[in-house]
Amino acid sequence: MSLDEYTRREFKQVGTRVRRPDGVDKVTGRAMYGADATAPGMLTGRILRCPHAHARIKSIDVSAALALKGVKAVITGDDFAVPEDDFIRDVQENCMARGKALYDGHAVAAVAATDAAAAKAALKAIKIDYEVLPHVTDVDEAMKPGAPVVQAGRVQENVPKGYSENVTAHFEFGHGDMEAGFAKADKIIERSFKTAATHQGYIEPHACLASVTSDGKADLWCCTQGQFYVRTLCSSIMGMEASQLRVTASEIGGGFGGKTTVFIEPVALMLSKKAGRPVKIVMSRDEVFRATGPTVSSSSDVKIGMTKDGRITAGEATLRYQGGAFPCGTTEFGCSAAFAAYDLEAVRTYGWSVLTNRPKEAAYRAPGAPMAVYAVESVVDELCLELGLDPLETRLKNAARKGTKSSYGPTFPDIGLVATLEAAKAHPHYKAPLKPGQGRGLSCGFWFNFGGNTCVSLNVNTDGTVGITEGNPDIGGSRASISLMAAEELGIPYERIRTIVADTSSLGYNDVTDGSRVTFAVGLATIKAARDAIKKMSARAAKIWGIDPEAVEWKDGAAVPAGPNAGKFPPMSLAEIAAVSAETGGPIAGHYEVNADGAGVSFGVHLCDVEVDRETGATKVLRYTVFQDAGKAVHPDYVEGQMQGGAVQGIGWALNEEYIYGPDGRLQNPTFLDYRVPVASDLPMIETVILEIPNPGHPYGVRGVGETGIVPPLAALSNAVSHATGVRMTELPMSPPRVLKAIGGT
Amino acid sequence: MRYLAAKTAAEAAGALAAEKGLTRILAGGTDVLVQLRSGMVEPDLIVDIKKIPGIRGIVAESGGFRIGAAVSGAEIGEHAALCAAWPGVAEGVQLIGSTQVQGRCTMVGNLCNASPAGDAVPSLVAANAVARIAGPDGERDCPVADIPAGPGKTTLKKGEIITSIFLPARPDRASDAYLRFIPRTEMDIAVASAGVSLELNADGTVKAARIVLGAVAPTVVVADDAGKALVGTNLDDGALAAMAKACEAVCNPIDDKRGTIEYRTKMAGTLAKRAALIAYARAGGSK
Repeated sequence: MSLDEYTRREFKQVGTRVRRPDGVDKVTGRAMYGADATAPGMLTGRILRCPHAHARIKSIDVSAALALKGVKAVITGDDFAVPEDDFIRDVQENCMARGKALYDGHAVAAVAATDAAAAKAALKAIKIDYEVLPHVTDVDEAMKPGAPVVQAGRVQENVPKGYSENVTAHFEFGHGDMEAGFAKADKIIERSFKTAATHQGYIEPHACLASVTSDGKADLWCCTQGQFYVRTLCSSIMGMEASQLRVTASEIGGGFGGKTTVFIEPVALMLSKKAGRPVKIVMSRDEVFRATGPTVSSSSDVKIGMTKDGRITAGEATLRYQGGAFPCGTTEFGCSAAFAAYDLEAVRTYGWSVLTNRPKEAAYRAPGAPMAVYAVESVVDELCLELGLDPLETRLKNAARKGTKSSYGPTFPDIGLVATLEAAKAHPHYKAPLKPGQGRGLSCGFWFNFGGNTCVSLNVNTDGTVGITEGNPDIGGSRASISLMAAEELGIPYERIRTIVADTSSLGYNDVTDGSRVTFAVGLATIKAARDAIKKMSARAAKIWGIDPEAVEWKDGAAVPAGPNAGKFPPMSLAEIAAVSAETGGPIAGHYEVNADGAGVSFGVHLCDVEVDRETGATKVLRYTVFQDAGKAVHPDYVEGQMQGGAVQGIGWALNEEYIYGPDGRLQNPTFLDYRVPVASDLPMIETVILEIPNPGHPYGVRGVGETGIVPPLAALSNAVSHATGVRMTELPMSPPRVLKAIGGT
Repeated sequence: MRYLAAKTAAEAAGALAAEKGLTRILAGGTDVLVQLRSGMVEPDLIVDIKKIPGIRGIVAESGGFRIGAAVSGAEIGEHAALCAAWPGVAEGVQLIGSTQVQGRCTMVGNLCNASPAGDAVPSLVAANAVARIAGPDGERDCPVADIPAGPGKTTLKKGEIITSIFLPARPDRASDAYLRFIPRTEMDIAVASAGVSLELNADGTVKAARIVLGAVAPTVVVADDAGKALVGTNLDDGALAAMAKACEAVCNPIDDKRGTIEYRTKMAGTLAKRAALIAYARAGGSK
C-alpha cells in the first residue's frame, strides 16, 4: 500500500461546489443515453426469455420465425462457442442459455428484425420444447441435501460434505480464541436474520447498439460502468481480438454496480454478425428485473459476547448468500466487512455461496456488506439495550482505529471511524427528544474501496484550455471532480477544463467504475498527468528563457524561475506557453498510467428516527443523518449526493424492496409498481456530515465515498423500528404486513 | 388497429357494437396507452370519446352534480363546490396515479378498468352515485355499485359506454371520506381501501352510514352491517370496533405480492374506522 502520497495543502478549487458539466444536457434531454444510439440500416433486436424457473431446453425451432417478413437473424445459445474459461462461460450462459434455462427470464433465443413489430412476431413464432424441472429459490432450502441442483460440478474443494451441490464455496475469516472470548462475556446474544434480494433500480434500462462488419471489426455503443471490461467480456465470448472491438460508453442513467457486466451486448454482437447489419437492443423494465443482476438474498446467524461495561469479547457470524444460478463471489466481501468496524480479540466469519434458480447476482453498491453489517449491528444494538449501555459510547469503546488488526486480516492505517462516531455523538440529532411510538436507530458501516488500473491523458490546448481524456463512465460526478483536481494542480480555472470519457481505442485499460475508485484512482492519475504536463511546460519555458529546466518551477498556473539565481523572467502562464508550443517542440500533453494502490477504507455512521403506525405496521422515517469520512471532499455536492443516495437505497432495502417469488419460482413483481423503491414523499431530507480524515494513499487525501453509504441503513432502520415497537426485527424488508405481524397486530 | 374519434355518444356506441374484434375506449388513456405500449392488448378498434359534446364538463343537476366521463382528476380537484359536497369522492379520484396522470385520468376510466383496488370506486359507491350509459339501444341509468363484475370485468353490455356520473344532492350535516393503505406515500396501488359516507342527525349522532371497501374482494364491497353499526352513535369506541369487525366479516381478499389475506382484512377495518372519523368531523360531528 502506498501511504506516502498525501501532502497537506491549502486548496483553492478542490472542495468548492462548481457547476456540474453534464447538468444542462441532462435536464434538457440532450444527453445521449444507451438507447439514443442509432446507425444506418439498424435492426431491432429482441430477446425471448424462459417462462419457467428451471427447465431443460429439449429443442428450439426457429424456422417459422426466420421465414417471417423483416426477420434478418435468429440466434440461440448454440450460436456461441463454449468459452474455455469458467467465468467467461458463466457470463455467456447468463446472456443466453445453453441446454438448460436456469431462472425465470433467462434468455433462450434472440431475433433481429427491421422493426419492433416484426421482432415481436418473430419471438412468438419461435417454438421451444421445455422439460420443466424442480426449482429452488430460497437460500436455506437450496443448501439442503436433496434440493433441486441448479448446476452440477461447481463445488469448490473446501466445501464440506453433507450439503447440496448448490453450495459452491465456503469462506472463513478471523483471528483469536473464540471460546476464551465468549467465556469472558457477561452477556451473549445469538440471532438469525434474513434479507431479501434487492435490485439496484437504476432508471435507465440496459441498451446497446452493435455493429459487426464482414471484415471482422466491430463497434459497440452501450450503457455501462466499464467499457474496457465490456470489451474484455465481449471479445472473449465472440472470439475476437480486443483491438478489433471498440466499445464506447454512453451517458449512464444509474448503475450502482449493476452495469459492471454484460447481459445484452454479446447477444447484439452475435445478431449483428449474423444479420450483417447494426442491431440495437433495449431492455424493458420487466427484463431488467428478471434478467439482470440484483444483489444476493441472505440468511445469517450472528453471536456476539459483551462485558457489562460494553466491551465486545468475541463475535461470530455465519453468512449464507444465494447469488442466483451461477457461482458468486459476493459472500467473501460480506464475510470481510461484517465486523470491520470493531477492534476485536476474537472474531470469525463463515460464508457460504449458494446457487438458486434466480438471475445471476451483480454488484450492488458495497456488494455483500449491507446484509452482513445489518446482522452484526442488530446484535450489537440488542446487547446495548439488554445491558443498558449507550449504543454510540459502546461503539466508540470497541471501534477499529489506526493499528487495529481488522477482522479480515490487514492492519488499519489512518481511518475515520472514531472521528465519525464522535461527530454523531456531538450532533443535535443524537440528543433530540423522541415521542412515544418513535424509535432511534444507529449503525456503523464500512467499505474497502478500490484503486485499480487507470490511464489518463491531459492535453494542453493552444488557447490555454485543457482537455482530459479518461476511461471511466461518470456515474457520480467524476468528470467535475477530475476537472477540479486538474484545475487545482495546474492552477487554471475549473471552467477552462473539459473532461471526457473515451472509448476503448483511445486509452490503455481502465478498470470498471466500481469500488468507489474513480475520484480516488482517476483523480490520482489526473494529478500525476497534470504534473507530467507541468514538467513539460516548465521545460518549454526554460527553453524560451534559455535556462536549465530544473531552474523552473510552477506557481499559480505559470512557470516562474526557481529563485533569484535562475534568472529574472516574468511568469509565463499556461496559456502563454501553450500559445507558442508549435515553436517550442509541438503539442503539450501529460500522461499517467497506474495500477493504483492505497484506496483507503471508508467508514460511516447513520442515525435515524422512525415512527411506526401500530395499526398498519407502516414505518415513517422522520429524521436521518449520515456521517461519513470522505478523506477530502473534492466536490461536496456530489459527496453529499453519494451519502444521501446510499442512505435512500438502504432505506428502500430495509422497508419495502424485495424480489418476490411465487410457488412456481417466477418473479412476481418485475415492475416499479410492485418493486417498491422509496419515492421522494417517503423520505425526510437526508442530512449529511462530511468528515475529512485524509487518505495517506492519495495526493489530496481523497477516499472513495460511493458505497459506504448503503451499508448502515439496514441496521439503522431495523434498530429504530425495534426500539419504536419494542419487538426485535430480524427480517428485511420490514414491510407493513411483516411489521404488523411481528408486533401482534394481525 | 383503427382509431375513431366519435362526435356523439350514439356514434361511439354504434361503432363499438358493430366491431367484431377487440375494442378499447379512450378517455384519459392512462390505462389504455400503457396497455398498448407494453403489448398487453392489441385492440382492433379504439374509440376516443373525448370529443363528444358535454363529456368533459361538470354541471349542477337536481342539487347534485353530473360529471362527464372524460373529466380529469385534476379538474375534479379544482371544482370547489363538488369538493365541498363530496370531499371523499374527490380525494379518491385524486389518488389515481401521479400528478401528471391526474391531468388525464378519469373516474369513469378507473371504474371501467374494473380493478378491485381502483381508488375512485369505493367513494362513488358509498355516495350512491349513478352512471348514465349510452348504448346501441339508447340511454339508461345504473347505480355505480352495479357496474363492476370482477377483476377487469364490468356489467356493461357490448357497445355500451358510460357518458357521465351523477352525484346526488347532499343534505346538511353530511360528508364523506376515502382512505387507502399503500406501503409508500404515493405512486402505488391500494392494498386495502375504504370509502365512508355519513349523514348526521341534529344531535350529532349518525343518521345514515354507507361503508364501501376496496381491494378486499373481486369487486368493491358494500359493508351494510358496518354502516348499521354506526347508526345512532356518535362514533364511540364501541361503535367503531363493531364497525371494524363488521368490515372484516365481509372481506374476501386474495393473498398476493401486495398483501396477505389477514393483513388486507385487518386493514379494511382500520381504514374504515379512520375514514369514518374523518367523514364524521367533516359532517360537523364532534366527539
